[in-house]
Amino acid sequence: MTSVLYDVQGPRAKRRNVLYTAVFLIALAAVAWWVYKSFDDKGQLAWALWKPFFSGTEAYTTYIWPGLQKTLEAAALAMVVALPLGAVLGIARLSDHLWVRVPATIVIEFFRAIPVLVLMIFGLALFAQYTDVSSDDRPFYAVVTGLVLYNASVLAEIVRAGILALPKGQSEAALAIGLRKGQMMRLILLPQSVTTMLPAIVSQLVVIVKDTALGGAVLTFPELMTSANTMAGYYGNMIASLTVVAVIFVVINFSLTSFASWLEGRLRRGKKSTGAVLTVEDTVGVAGHAGTGTAA
Amino acid sequence: MFDFLDKYDVLGAFWTTVQLTLLSAAGSLVWGTLLAAMRVGPVPLMRGFGTAYVNIVRNIPLTVIILFSSLGLNQNLGISLGANDFDTINFRLAVLGLIVYTSAFVCEAIRAGINTVPVGQAEAARAIGLSFPQVLGLVVLPQALRAAVGPLTNALIALTKNTTVAAAIGVAEAAFLMKKMIENEAELLAISAVIAFGFVCLTLPTGLILGWVGKKVAVKR
Repeated sequence: MTSVLYDVQGPRAKRRNVLYTAVFLIALAAVAWWVYKSFDDKGQLAWALWKPFFSGTEAYTTYIWPGLQKTLEAAALAMVVALPLGAVLGIARLSDHLWVRVPATIVIEFFRAIPVLVLMIFGLALFAQYTDVSSDDRPFYAVVTGLVLYNASVLAEIVRAGILALPKGQSEAALAIGLRKGQMMRLILLPQSVTTMLPAIVSQLVVIVKDTALGGAVLTFPELMTSANTMAGYYGNMIASLTVVAVIFVVINFSLTSFASWLEGRLRRGKKSTGAVLTVEDTVGVAGHAGTGTAA
Repeated sequence: MFDFLDKYDVLGAFWTTVQLTLLSAAGSLVWGTLLAAMRVGPVPLMRGFGTAYVNIVRNIPLTVIILFSSLGLNQNLGISLGANDFDTINFRLAVLGLIVYTSAFVCEAIRAGINTVPVGQAEAARAIGLSFPQVLGLVVLPQALRAAVGPLTNALIALTKNTTVAAAIGVAEAAFLMKKMIENEAELLAISAVIAFGFVCLTLPTGLILGWVGKKVAVKR
């Protein structure tokens, strides 16, 4: 017992704990039984509905893998475009010049205040009216546009917080040896803050991966969830398909989250860095983040 | 340029957004606090359950959760949450999905708040003989919640934006109306500007006001 919130347990507390555990276990079992019963009553546990995922690869090669590819493609492209854009915005917000700082601040706060879905819907209509992108490609472009606009402004805040987290001595020393502001940013501050920001950037990737599903549900972008929906129509197994999709998302995002916290621990222990490490929680300002996604 | 506004109930759509936000916020605050209590408590099974819940739910897209409550719970299992007409059922299912998802983030926000309470507070509470529910309820949580206003505000703003996902199951909120207006009207930029303005009006003041409240109530140490 390492927690400071409760004492080391004596015999009575241990007995009480056993009781609580038993009660909680019974409650959990009741819920599980209710889920099982309602699934079973509607025939949702029939082997025929789950068979496509456990025997043969048809479900994976026809539906899941192409969808997963689209999801990862959109997420990766959005991240690659949003990262430099976010870095520029974040540095612009730290500028000494009012005419650079104020517009950057407005852009960042504006796009963080608006739901990604609204940006995606706007993007879809924009591409339809003002460009000749074919209607098959439009959802992909719209999803990536929405993700880039939103995540660039979130990443801008991460970059800003990363630079601000560096010890003040770094910029003072840089100025003292006669570097200009641009050189100071490029040679001293950015290289050090990149390691600081890495965990937060990886965590943001989780948000991006989750948000691609939005494009699927509303813009008919054929990513993992939409193709699972199509698959459910073919096999007639909506619950089974959505469960499999949820498991795939959990596996991908949980490995990303674990990687981020491993990175965080490693950087915190590292001797070369300044010891300052950013997590997502450090970077949320006025407009919050999805986590939240949408999430966070 | 803004003539189209007469034909659509924009305020009504944003009222639905606000209702979704407030109901889900209340629900997830309760469930999230319970989860946080389980995660810091002395019963290993509850701790395990809390950790598993947060790690699983946080990593599933909200879209999948909300579609599951509509397509899975409602259409396949016939759960309608006591409502009869299509609109009310979908509204309630959306609130349910939002609560399930948001409480994972609320739990983490409160846990972050608990971590800001100095160790001495809990030690002193234990030293005068308080039990775990008393330590948590009388000493630690009141201070933790005051410190958690900031993270909770972020969760609330994220929730406000996340209510748009309810459009995926046909709840007539702001993003749903936006899609409908864009399909029928030509003024793309004006429509988007109105919807964007509405969300800015909802999220920015929330952040500013609650940010001020957070500073005001924070325990000065």
